[in-house]
Amino acid sequence: MNTVVDVLSWICLLAGGAFCMVGALGLVRMPDFYTRMHAASVTETAGAGLMLLGMLLQAGFSLVAVKLVMIGLLLLFTSPTATHALARAARARGLEPLLASGEDPSKR
Amino acid sequence: MFVAGAVALLIALALALARAILGPTVFDRLQAANTVGTLAMLMLAVLGFLTGRPEFLDLALVYGLLNVVGTIAVLKFFRYGNLGDPGEAAEEAERRA
Repeated sequence: MNTVVDVLSWICLLAGGAFCMVGALGLVRMPDFYTRMHAASVTETAGAGLMLLGMLLQAGFSLVAVKLVMIGLLLLFTSPTATHALARAARARGLEPLLASGEDPSKR
Repeated sequence: MFVAGAVALLIALALALARAILGPTVFDRLQAANTVGTLAMLMLAVLGFLTGRPEFLDLALVYGLLNVVGTIAVLKFFRYGNLGDPGEAAEEAERRA
């Protein structure tokens, strides 16, 4: 039973780490600000969630688990808020999204 | 296994840092700073497990709170030009009155 939980938590930790790296890679490789924001959200949802889940499985029922859940809830509330504010501020500042060539935004 | 997670987080941190340095707009840098904050939270949690000191989780919580407040504050500054601006909602209320 213990081994099963251990293996599950390792899988979660590794997958979380992979998602964090993928998100950060997207942050570097994507062509414009709005797509980069999209890529970065992978880090904040899948990456952070899976890593916290992995640590939660290791912690068992304890105060540590409660703190991990608090961190997860904090992330769930704050990261969409920050992303929304960021997108809105960028749009208000006149940062235009990169469109496919030949597309005219005024004709939609 | 925590070591593997920590290494993955370090690589992700380096990539986010690269974006923060490359820019090109201030919003890219802010997005990178936000990502670095999230990754640092996770890093603190993993480090706590790695060294067997779960008190690090408290630091992660505080770091997360400061991170979001910092991002919103800097965003407000870059949107309105000063931090004391009442913002959109107040303007809207004024227009209605």
